[in-house]
Amino acid sequence: MSKLNELTIAQAADGLDKGEFSAVDLAEASLAAAEAAKGLNAFITLTPEVARDRAAASDARRAKNGALGPLDGVPVAVKDLFCTEGVPTTAASHILDGFTPTYESTVGRNLIDAGAVMIGKTNLDEFAMGSSNMTSYYGPVKNPWTGPGGEDLVPGGSSGGSATAVAARICAGSLGTDTGGSIRQPASLCGIVGMKPTYGRCSRWGIVAFASSLDQAGPFARTVEDAAILLGAMAGHDPKDSTSAPHDVPDFRAAVQGGVKGLKVGIPREYTMDGMPAEIQTLWDRGADWLKSQGAEIKEVSLPHTKYALPAYYIVAPAEASSNLARYDGVRYGLRVDGDTLDDMYANTRGEGFGAEVRRRVLIGTYVLSAGYYDAYYVKAQKVRTRILEDFTKAFDDVDVLLTPTAPNAAFAIGAKMDDPIAMYLNDVFTVPANLAGLPGISVPAGLDKDGLPLGLQLVGRPFDEETVLRAAQAIEDAAGFDALPKYLGGQG
Amino acid sequence: MSLDKNDVRRVAFLARIKVDEADLEPVAQDLNNIIGWVEQLAEVDTDGVEPMTGAAGMVMTRRDDVVTDGGDPEKVLSNAPDRVGDFYTVPKVVE
Amino acid sequence: MSYIIQGDTGDWEVIVGLEVHAQVSSQAKLFSGSPTAFGAGPNSQVSLIDAAMPGMLPVINGYCIEQAVKTGLGLNAKINKTSVFERKNYFYADLPQGYQISQYLHPVVGEGIVTVDLADGTTRDIGVERLHMEQDAGKSMHDQDPKRSFIDLNRAGVCLMEIVTKPDIRSPEEAGAFVRKLRSILRYLGTCDGNMEQGSMRADVNVSVRKVGEEGYRTRAEIKNVNSVRFIMQAIEIEAERQVDIHESGGEIVQETRLMDPVKGETRSMRAKEFAHDYRYFPDPDLLPLELTDAFIEGLRKTLPELPDAKKQRFMDDMGLSAKDASALVADRESAEYFEAVAAASDPKKAANWVTNDLFGALNKAGLAIADSPISAAHLSKLLGLMDDGTISGKIAKDVFEIMWETSGDPEQIVEDKGLKQITDTGAIEAAVDAAIASNPEQADEIRQGNDKAIGWFVGQIMKATQGKANPQQVNQLLREKLKG
Repeated sequence: MSKLNELTIAQAADGLDKGEFSAVDLAEASLAAAEAAKGLNAFITLTPEVARDRAAASDARRAKNGALGPLDGVPVAVKDLFCTEGVPTTAASHILDGFTPTYESTVGRNLIDAGAVMIGKTNLDEFAMGSSNMTSYYGPVKNPWTGPGGEDLVPGGSSGGSATAVAARICAGSLGTDTGGSIRQPASLCGIVGMKPTYGRCSRWGIVAFASSLDQAGPFARTVEDAAILLGAMAGHDPKDSTSAPHDVPDFRAAVQGGVKGLKVGIPREYTMDGMPAEIQTLWDRGADWLKSQGAEIKEVSLPHTKYALPAYYIVAPAEASSNLARYDGVRYGLRVDGDTLDDMYANTRGEGFGAEVRRRVLIGTYVLSAGYYDAYYVKAQKVRTRILEDFTKAFDDVDVLLTPTAPNAAFAIGAKMDDPIAMYLNDVFTVPANLAGLPGISVPAGLDKDGLPLGLQLVGRPFDEETVLRAAQAIEDAAGFDALPKYLGGQG
Repeated sequence: MSLDKNDVRRVAFLARIKVDEADLEPVAQDLNNIIGWVEQLAEVDTDGVEPMTGAAGMVMTRRDDVVTDGGDPEKVLSNAPDRVGDFYTVPKVVE
Repeated sequence: MSYIIQGDTGDWEVIVGLEVHAQVSSQAKLFSGSPTAFGAGPNSQVSLIDAAMPGMLPVINGYCIEQAVKTGLGLNAKINKTSVFERKNYFYADLPQGYQISQYLHPVVGEGIVTVDLADGTTRDIGVERLHMEQDAGKSMHDQDPKRSFIDLNRAGVCLMEIVTKPDIRSPEEAGAFVRKLRSILRYLGTCDGNMEQGSMRADVNVSVRKVGEEGYRTRAEIKNVNSVRFIMQAIEIEAERQVDIHESGGEIVQETRLMDPVKGETRSMRAKEFAHDYRYFPDPDLLPLELTDAFIEGLRKTLPELPDAKKQRFMDDMGLSAKDASALVADRESAEYFEAVAAASDPKKAANWVTNDLFGALNKAGLAIADSPISAAHLSKLLGLMDDGTISGKIAKDVFEIMWETSGDPEQIVEDKGLKQITDTGAIEAAVDAAIASNPEQADEIRQGNDKAIGWFVGQIMKATQGKANPQQVNQLLREKLKG
């Protein structure tokens, strides 16, 4: 049997049910793996006391009344963007120094209610702004996969710590958030499954806001089934979030086994990029073949405004962020850098408290909302967003799900692209459209590039049709048989 | 449209982010790089298109008018970096 | 009645628009469940949302929406079936989110009309531009510490209705009348308690001046946060004078925000910051557009009470009251209800006289509100009944009113206890008349010789002798019978 920290959620649940090990055993294995993986810098805060308490409670509960469900007693890691009651929450920013929430996010609460055991808070790009985890105040995260020359690679971002924790087998599942690709892109770069559900599927209450109209929480796992189990526990209507959808949560785990026979799969012809590695195109074609061979019908579709998604995103997201981040002002929580006047205190606190990328985006967001520019930038971008949504709506008249690459490249070296923000932003070129349109998307590991680094394929579905996305993802997973291991775990990459 | 030093100074003030005088020029260049790139949106025909707002097809839920919160100053003050009694503080404001 | 400022270069008129902030009378705040009550300990009515903790989200209070729509209906205004909450972005110590959630391009209520009553008995229509909902800010206290200001967020997030007028107001009197009328309507509707002392209602006053006959508007100044009708009127007078002086001395009015100093009797500029105003409004992505159905709006319309204008018209048409009395009686809901209770069993005009003269006079003198009146409507109604059925005279009634005011007693009981019943027994009156004639033979002769003026003197003597209890008409008639018969 593999080590306890290497089990999937489904395997762990099975073993717990059969009494092969306890939740405390699982927690200890994960905590030990986390200690051993300190060099990856995947965690900002480890929470061994919380983990041991919840694991012991889970074991007691199971002994008395039986388990709450498949997550009862399973260790998970939580992106440090989710506010956790009594546990410091940083958003990987200096400006939240010393902040300990007196409340638990709704998604976090849902996981606690499902019996999940939090082992720690994971590293991320500051305020979830980045695609490499390089912008964290707490330093970069190392991808467990390494470059052909042994060089350290980024795990992607912004949920780089959560992706690394799962890829390095520290735990079976973790929580991320995805505003422009922050779950799917690191999942692709780390060789695991990552899913962004439909906007409104998971409550945003208690998650540090980056861009309110785009942010969605979602799971990381090593299998599609595990992702479905986690999402089922995270999701649900929340009366505390006005944008939370009043829909029942389907049985996602059951949906996974639905198969793709008769499913219409769209291949959007605009998702090819100049300079994209040939392996990605090859993998994409292979993905279509896998689905076809399992009974799906492949159709080419057109999403003509795809190339405008990224620039529209880089107006809408910074604009919302500039307003959402105004509350970090040194008065009620976090860092305060004094000044002679109120305005000086604000400017000093925010100047020192925010890192370079956050400052850049807040300045851009402030500029595009300011008098005389609002219509030309913000309103224009929101209109382009409507166009992008129309493209998808039209495509979904013909097909049930779309298949695309997740990212235009595999993991790159730590420190690369840092002097060229637009090159960095291009990492999200294939993931951003689903955020702008509020659609569910998943990245599934599908193969390796010429350097032996993982590449993912993305599936995007209709609003609130995660079930179809999961079915198609399972078909890819089955066909790909992805079992390569990162060098960190003794593999080749 | 492109930003100059004065625009950066104005935007930095609006955003209350300290930018040193010497950094205004490089920051302007950095922002212009991005602003120039997003301006490709001008190519898109958006005549008669409504800007996207909110989640499509959803109705805003409403709360009942009942008191369910408050009454616990500690809960909102415990993280304050410079609290005095049950007050938050800021550098003195002269009105 | 035009309000003219006589300058050195000619006559000037004043142009005023008001932005009235009225606190919705809700239990909980607009976007959070914390309470709105006045006077609680610092930061004791603050939720995580009000304090803008990370990850907190607003959820709207349905009652506040209803009150805003009701108010719009009461102002005869257009209700917008789709409205949008936007963020007004600026940094200030009492604004924890760094933005105020307000309505900007798409307010919940559009154009309406308020008819104001002026002292000379005329009325004027003042246009309402819009009504929108927004969050109140917290409070800064500047005098508790030498280096710091203290922040209390108890008010942060309380629901305000901002009611904006068109620049239709032409005098301090009209401004005062508008605010009083608006307050009256809000109180009738129950949507705002109108309590200006506690800050439930306050106004920003936009003032400009122009030469009489001039077209268009000159630059205006805004006097912020004026919190009484008297100060609003005073602010307009002072600011108009200041602007006329500047124009006439060749200066320029700066478009700016000013503060009223009622002690010094002046307005002064608030420190204006470079680039201070760029609020960067955009639709709040944490909220959805506010959609109202016809059924919702019409359902609320059905709950509206009779409002002061309709009530005034009814008092005039159905009860024959004068415009002046009717206006006085409908000014607040309690007075109108009091009057209607009194008038129910009596002549409405007589009831109006007693309420507007005797009762309002006594209340004013004592500085009491009608709700605190020692005389209940039921008792005053009974008093009028005692007059109507001849139990007491009008003169005695005034005395009984005095006793009722002092003791809150039942008028029937007072009349009984003090023996104030009118003498209607003809024999007793005749005896008194006979006695008077007997003791005043000279005056009796004068009457017999045709000097009717002396009759009045005799009546007075007899009323005095009966302590006012004789029916004066009966006395008069008996005297004539006996002396001229």
